[in-house]
Amino acid sequence: MNKRERYNNVMGYLFISPWLIGFFIFTLFPIIASFILAFTRYDVLSPPRWIGIDNWFRLLEDTRYHNSLKATFYYVFTAVPLRLIFALLVAMLLKPSTRLAGLYRGIYYLPSLIGGSVAVAVVWRQVFGSEGLINFILGMMGIKGLNWLGNPSTAIWTLIILAVWQFGSPMLIFLAGLKQIPDSLYEAASIDGAKGWDQFIKITLPMLSPVILFNLIMQIINGFMVFTQAYIITSGGPLDTTLFYSLYLYQKAFQSFEMGYASAMAWVLLMIIAFFTALAFKSSRFWVYYESEEGK
Amino acid sequence: MAKRAKRQNIIYHIATFILGIIMIYPLLWMISSSFKENADIFTTMGTLIPPKFTVENYIEGWKGFGNVSFATFFKNSFIVAGIGTIGTVISSAIVAYGFARIPFKGKDLWFTAMMITLMLPFQVQIIPQYIMFNTLNWINTFYPLIVPKFFGSAFFIFLIIQFIRGLPLELDESAEIDGAGRIGIFWWIILPLIKPALITASLFSFYWTWDDFLGPLLYLNQATLYTVSLALKNFADPTTITNWGAVFAMSVLSLMPVLLIFIFFQKYLTEGIATTGMKG
Repeated sequence: MNKRERYNNVMGYLFISPWLIGFFIFTLFPIIASFILAFTRYDVLSPPRWIGIDNWFRLLEDTRYHNSLKATFYYVFTAVPLRLIFALLVAMLLKPSTRLAGLYRGIYYLPSLIGGSVAVAVVWRQVFGSEGLINFILGMMGIKGLNWLGNPSTAIWTLIILAVWQFGSPMLIFLAGLKQIPDSLYEAASIDGAKGWDQFIKITLPMLSPVILFNLIMQIINGFMVFTQAYIITSGGPLDTTLFYSLYLYQKAFQSFEMGYASAMAWVLLMIIAFFTALAFKSSRFWVYYESEEGK
Repeated sequence: MAKRAKRQNIIYHIATFILGIIMIYPLLWMISSSFKENADIFTTMGTLIPPKFTVENYIEGWKGFGNVSFATFFKNSFIVAGIGTIGTVISSAIVAYGFARIPFKGKDLWFTAMMITLMLPFQVQIIPQYIMFNTLNWINTFYPLIVPKFFGSAFFIFLIIQFIRGLPLELDESAEIDGAGRIGIFWWIILPLIKPALITASLFSFYWTWDDFLGPLLYLNQATLYTVSLALKNFADPTTITNWGAVFAMSVLSLMPVLLIFIFFQKYLTEGIATTGMKG
């Protein structure tokens, strides 16, 4: 090793040391610790007690846990596709470069900007309340409203609508992707007589597929971690229909202080997310189109 | 033909604008309700214009609850989001330079590790982190919310790396020939050039920390320490809530910093999302 290499090695580690130290303390150590905790019973007050694989067996029998799995999967696999479809539609609407394009982008991004806040969650509870905005509007049209938040079949949809409403980030990413597609492709297709829908299926979707894959993975990961909105708007009810994974985990870990059990839950979630991320990547061979010359 | 194109153009703008208004209607409704008298809020839901304009809700709401006013909650939020943002951006910039420009042993391994952490669910980390902070006696302090930020954030490191990679290498090389070391190059050459990326990172960091709810929920359980988001949740407790006007008013105020950032720095935010494409 010459002097220059040694200098670079020292400097390299010096520069990344903040992250590296943080990685060991706040990420790697907690992950390993939570795996070990998953085999213990631990209530914070007394030291952890080794109970082997009891926590994992308990997961198989815990009805509330199964409810939370059901609610989470239902949420992720409706909210994520709907949000992406909506994001794509709006992105296509906003694609033309008009003088007002910047303003429109801003307006359509606003829901995303504020949608994750406590303020909007509080207001959402009001919008869908028995005497809320939605029922008021329905009333004006002569339709009798519902108790949206108290009804087990509609409560989760108030959260799904809130999630779909926050379509802004994938929309902006789609918009950037759409602008990358060369106009010449559409012009050539028009000459060949391909109309709007054909162009969308044969040009837009394939050219956009890498961006779709990226959005899909990020949104699935985010979807599985949703917490604040459900905590504030429905608190998991009614009948556990909105008891999302993070919410149940929070209750177990920080309200009944079953830290060992909650750690086992966290690890299952990690595996679920890893599985779906891997699935999205693996399946991408069949539906994601990569331009050879771009070769990322 | 030109006439038809023009008409289509007008239809496009009208449709896009109306749909846009529908999209932000809940926000408009919230703002307008915050200026209505309490008795009017639910009886005049159909109109955005307050029958009797009042700022009483803001005055009442600002008083907060449990003898703690929203002045305290805002101060707390500004401390946490402000210090946290400074810490994240500085540390992330330093780390980003290391990854982007210095060839060192094991770099690929650590870079991959960092990218994986971006996809890691926070749930596998929070329980041991909580135990750790609890052991340090950090519950009911701002430390658990601020200290981890000083170790860089993978997302911002990645964002700044992407930016540094776009700068010409010749800059570093010529400075090196002039005898500058790595620290000098970072400080004198790179840092001034990555300002736009640092601004984008600061805005996002501030916005996410301001909005954060789970962190304060876990670590702060004294009203005097509450951040705005946590305070608002307690202020709007559905079982005790009576003054909806005040809830709307404080909700609007809680969004103000984020909205102001958005209005003044829209470009940094939307372009930041489009280029690194994540989160939110």
